[in-house]
Amino acid sequence: MDKFTTLSGIAAPLPLVNIDTDMIIPKQFLKTIKRSGLGVNLFDEMRYDDDRNEIADFVLNQTKYRDAQILVAGDNFGCGSSREHAPWAIKDFGITCVIAPSFADIFYNNCFKNGILPIALPQDQVDVLMKDAENGSNARIEVDLEAQTITSSDGDTFSFEVDSFKKHCLINGLDDIGLTMEKAASIDTFEAEAAQSRPWV
Amino acid sequence: MSPKTLYDKIWDAHVAHEAEDGTCLLYIDRHLVHEVTSPQAFEGLRMTGRTVRRPEQTIAVPDHNVPTTLDRANAETMTEDSRIQVAALDKNAKDFGLHYYPVSDVRQGIVHIVGPEQGWTLPGMTVVCGDSHTATHGAFGALAHGIGTSEVEHVLATQTLIQKKSKNMKVEITGKLRPGVTAKDITLSVIGATGTAGGTGYVIEYCGEAIRDLSMEGRMTVCNMAIEGGARAGLIAPDEKTFEYCKGRPHAPKGAQWEAALEWWKTLYSDDDAQWDAVITLKGEDIAPVVTWGTSPEDVLPITAVVPAADSFEGGKVGAAQRSLDYMDLTPGTPLSDINIDTVFIGSCTNGRIEDLRAAAEILKGKKKKDGLRAMVVPGSGLVRAQAEEEGLAQIFIDAGFEWRLAGCSMCLAMNPDQLAPGERCAATSNRNFEGRQGRGGRTHLMSPAMAAAAAITGKLTDVRDLM
Ligand code: SF4
Repeated sequence: MDKFTTLSGIAAPLPLVNIDTDMIIPKQFLKTIKRSGLGVNLFDEMRYDDDRNEIADFVLNQTKYRDAQILVAGDNFGCGSSREHAPWAIKDFGITCVIAPSFADIFYNNCFKNGILPIALPQDQVDVLMKDAENGSNARIEVDLEAQTITSSDGDTFSFEVDSFKKHCLINGLDDIGLTMEKAASIDTFEAEAAQSRPWV
Repeated sequence: MSPKTLYDKIWDAHVAHEAEDGTCLLYIDRHLVHEVTSPQAFEGLRMTGRTVRRPEQTIAVPDHNVPTTLDRANAETMTEDSRIQVAALDKNAKDFGLHYYPVSDVRQGIVHIVGPEQGWTLPGMTVVCGDSHTATHGAFGALAHGIGTSEVEHVLATQTLIQKKSKNMKVEITGKLRPGVTAKDITLSVIGATGTAGGTGYVIEYCGEAIRDLSMEGRMTVCNMAIEGGARAGLIAPDEKTFEYCKGRPHAPKGAQWEAALEWWKTLYSDDDAQWDAVITLKGEDIAPVVTWGTSPEDVLPITAVVPAADSFEGGKVGAAQRSLDYMDLTPGTPLSDINIDTVFIGSCTNGRIEDLRAAAEILKGKKKKDGLRAMVVPGSGLVRAQAEEEGLAQIFIDAGFEWRLAGCSMCLAMNPDQLAPGERCAATSNRNFEGRQGRGGRTHLMSPAMAAAAAITGKLTDVRDLM
């Protein structure tokens, strides 16, 4: 997995609440059997018209946000389905950090498996960063995962919470499965005990 | 011993390893797999030379892409990319030795209907699937939740999941439901009360007299939508109804093992003095038949209400409500029961079980759908379909002018040929009314099967109590 340590980048503002996974990547793009190549279809139905032309107003179609690496959004980001295609599409577009007042549980977890850092901040701090993001490429937001801080272009610094295990994996680009396999003995023991106590499973 | 909730008890019975920071390896008893979220996970196993740790506890069935028309054995009914996805599942199930129900098998259906039907889902288990509606299985007192594809690969390889414990929320529905009010109305009303993020960070246990009174089918409907409330999982404590439902199912324990299982299952309830991080109580008699008007499941109102104005909301919800109203093409102040519909969809893992079909058929018996309306019933599994035919329900639907389909996810998410056209308005028994969910530009109103049947007769959103 790609590491995430620090990031200094342009942030795209998407001030909507309840941005669901169907908006992030509509179902017709879930038919792939690959993880890559979904970036062009990120926010597809908001990004293109019926003739597949770009909708000029949509934030990621604007020149100043085409290279955005950060997304600032409203409450309950990523609600809906478990599709990991949502973080795959975000990552493939080039965004590696999403900032919102809150995230849906499965989406939040999926981000960490793909080198994306989701940051939940209080609404008033998100509002500051949203304003910043509206300034386009004139504003760069700095994220430091080690220090757990995020700094606006005006120098406002906010600290954020992140689970220590998830942070460790993201900073070091660690593969969860490999880590778990190191604990195979515990799993073997558990299975042997369960075979006795719950043999019907 | 300190008092525990049902969630605490199931959790404690499945921790295979706990790190100092509280990160646990949770052992997974049942892993359900479908064709959309698994190909990349199997590819990952192949690339790393890993294998499936417990194939005998892994169950696969194609459902999302599968056409539901009677001619689906003809490969032409599927698009090329759907065919590739289903073929990939066929191959992965075979190569890794999983339990598999292919499209041609009468037991095929929506993964969350097949699992309980075949007795794979049992009380006290941990159940996961690369699908958010895995919450359905919580109706059995199983800890069940959706996972992403990386986690699917993790479970395939290790039979565990890296987890931290969630908080406990109790949702109590007291008293009795009024006539015409169903499990779907309960679960939508709870989301209406908590919002779609209200359950984030929690596992919800539903309890109270109105929940106890529900059948297993109704309980599955309630838990199914726990995810729409943001919760990691929904749970209902198992009782005699649960045991009765499980008994004799193909993969349920038998003989002495059944007795041993039953003994443990009877201990699976929240202790009286258990601690809750949040409690929500609704009175059963206050719940009305509801419909959604917007594009979030929390946009729910009694059918007797009117379309709300955007400025009746607060904060970020004002903009979201306006966007919903525009998308749904609705004018504030319009009575919900004046909204005309074009299509009726009865099915999905929320409401595609036999009891749902019975409830819809009850309303449709001897009646016809409104002329010009498109209406379809999609049973949740081949076995539900067979039973409905045996009970004469299929004939009622056909006589009423409905299409009687084969099992699959169908128009719940439009990954298969069943889709809404832009602007088409649908009365649906599924679980998501997101923009484009049932087809680009399609407009979805969520409701119970009885309410959907009533809408089919009148051609508009309708209070089912007027037809009872
Ligand atoms: S019926 Fe709908 S919600 Fe259920 S598994 Fe299929 S697509 Fe998902």
